[in-house]
Amino acid sequence: MAPLQRYTFPLARKPVTILPRLGLGLLALCLAGCATTSSTSVAPTQSAIENKGSDTIVNLALAWAEAYGAEHPEVRISVTGGGSGTGIASLINGTADIANASRPMKAEEQKQAQDNGIEPVEFIIARDAIAVIVNPHNPVSQLTLPQLSAIYSGQITNWREVGGEDRPIVLLSRETNSGTHVYFLEHVLRLGKSDNKTLFSPDTLLMPSSEGISAEIRQNPNALGYDGLGYVTSDMKTIAVAAQAGGPYVLPAIETVNDKTYPIARDLYMYTRGQPAGSVKAYLDWILSPAAQKIVAELGFVPVN
Amino acid sequence: MTQKNFWSEVILEVLIRGAGYSSVLFVALIFIFLMREGLPTLTEVPPGALFSSRWYPIEAHFGLLPLIGGTLIVTLGATFIAVPFGLATAIFIAEIAPRWAREILKPFVEVLGGLPSVVLGFLGMLVLAPVVRVTLNTPTGLTAFTGSLLLAGMAIPTLVSVAEDALDAVPKSYRDGALALGATKWQTIWRVTLPAARSGVLTAIMLGIGRAIGETMTVMMVTGNAARIPASLNALFLPVRTMTATIAAEMGEVANGSSHYHVLFMIGIVLFLIAFVVNLTASAVVFRQRKRAERVLS
Repeated sequence: MAPLQRYTFPLARKPVTILPRLGLGLLALCLAGCATTSSTSVAPTQSAIENKGSDTIVNLALAWAEAYGAEHPEVRISVTGGGSGTGIASLINGTADIANASRPMKAEEQKQAQDNGIEPVEFIIARDAIAVIVNPHNPVSQLTLPQLSAIYSGQITNWREVGGEDRPIVLLSRETNSGTHVYFLEHVLRLGKSDNKTLFSPDTLLMPSSEGISAEIRQNPNALGYDGLGYVTSDMKTIAVAAQAGGPYVLPAIETVNDKTYPIARDLYMYTRGQPAGSVKAYLDWILSPAAQKIVAELGFVPVN
Repeated sequence: MTQKNFWSEVILEVLIRGAGYSSVLFVALIFIFLMREGLPTLTEVPPGALFSSRWYPIEAHFGLLPLIGGTLIVTLGATFIAVPFGLATAIFIAEIAPRWAREILKPFVEVLGGLPSVVLGFLGMLVLAPVVRVTLNTPTGLTAFTGSLLLAGMAIPTLVSVAEDALDAVPKSYRDGALALGATKWQTIWRVTLPAARSGVLTAIMLGIGRAIGETMTVMMVTGNAARIPASLNALFLPVRTMTATIAAEMGEVANGSSHYHVLFMIGIVLFLIAFVVNLTASAVVFRQRKRAERVLS
C-alpha cells in the first residue's frame, strides 16, 4: 500500500484527502445495496424464463408473460423478438429457455441442436393468418394467389392490371430473416410447390420491422404489403384472397382461419430444450389453457382449441 | 522528490505509449478477425457469383454489386448535399456572423450532431419519406435520395464543426493583408482564408463522408432496402440497399459459420477497404499540399 501512495500523479494530490472518504462512502452504499439485491435473487421460489424469437409472436408472448406474471409473481419471464431464426439460435446456444418461431425448425437447425446435445420439443401455441394489406384509398379489394405471385415476382407492376388505378405497385416485404417472409415466399410466391424457384422481385422493399410496413402502407396509395393478422390496424385495408382464379375470395378472420378457407394461414410454435420441466412446463401448460388462448384471440391471432 | 518525479514520469510514459500502440493493435486485430471470418467466402462462393446482380442470401444468391452500388449512390448523394451546405454554414459562422452569433450557432450545430441516428431514421420514415414521395412524385418515399438527405443532415454538424475550427485557426493577419490589398470580403474568404484552411476543411469533408458511409440505422429505415443495382442517375429516386443495412439486418439471423455468414464478413471487408481508400486519398492530398506549401516557403 505505502509505496503505491508515494507515486501518486502530482495533479491528483490535492483532492486526495476527500476522495478516499467519498469512495468509502460509496463502497459502503454499494455493499449495502448489493447485499439486499443478492439476498432476494437467491430466494428459492424465484425463477426466470428467457423467451426469445419470432417478431410475429412477440406481442402475444409479451401479453402472456404479463398475464402469467400477474398470477405467478415468483416467475420472471423476459420476452425478446429478433426473428424465428434468432430465437432458435438462442435456444441452441443456451441463452433462451423457450424459442418462439413462426415456422417449423429447419432440418439444419435440428441437426445443429443435436450436435449441441439438445433435443428440441415443439408446441403449436396459436395459429396466424398473413393478411395482405393496402392503403385505404386503394380501390382494389380482392386478389388471387396466382395474381399475388405474379405481382411479388415482378411480372405485374401496375395496379391497373389487377383492376385498380393506373399506379405503380410498390412491393413491401419483411426482411429475409423473418419467418413471415419465408412462409410468404413458399406459400404465395411459389404457390406451395417445392420445385418452383420463383424469387421476390429485386424491387421489393425489405422492411426491417412490421412498423416499417405499417407506416408505408398508411401513407402510400401505391403500396402492397403483407404481415401477420395481429399487426393489421383499422387504418389499413385488408385484401380478400382466393386460392385460385374464380374461387371464393376470403377475408382473414378467426373463423376463416379455423375452417381453413383462408388460404394464407400457418401454425405458430414454441420450442423448448428437451421435455420441459418445472416453471417452463407450468408456463407452457398455462399457454395451452383456455384463459391464455383467450388472449390469442384478443391480439388478432387464432386460438388452437 | 526527484525519485518520485522519475517514477511518475516512467509510469505515465508507459501508459501513454501503451494507449498509442493499443489503438494500432486493435485495428490490426479487427482486420485479422474480419479476414478470418470473411476470406472463407472465396472458397465457398465462386468469385463470379459475388459479381452477379442478385442479392438473395437465403437462396444462396450472393451478388454484392447491388449492395456496393447502393452504398455508393447514397453516400455520393449525401456528399453532394452536405459539402456545399456544410461549407457555407462553416464559412458563415467563422467569417461573416458576428462573434455573439457564433457563440450561439456553433453549440446548436454541435447538438444537432448528437441526435441518435435511430431517432432521425424514425423521423425520416414517418415525416420525410411521405414528403419526398409527394413532391418528387416517386412511387415510394423510401429512396436513396431520402437516405442521402438524412445522412447529409447527420454529416453536416461534424463537417461544420471541424471546418469552422480550421477557418477560425487562420491567422487574422492573412485576412488583414488581403483586405489591405483591396480584396472584397468575398475575395478574402474564397482566395485567402479557405485555401489557407484547406487541409482542415478537407479533413472535415472526409469525416463527414466517413460518417455517411458507416451509418446503418438511418439508411436501413429510410432507403427501402431493395437490392437492385443503381444503373442510372434515376436510381437516386428509387429504393436501394446499402452494405451496412444488409449486415445489420441479416447478421442477427445467420447461422454461424455458413456461407451467408462468411459473405456478410466479406461485405465488412469491402466496407473496410472503401473507408481505407477514402482516408488514404484524403491524407495523400493533404500531404501533397503541405509539401507544395513547404516548397513555396523555402
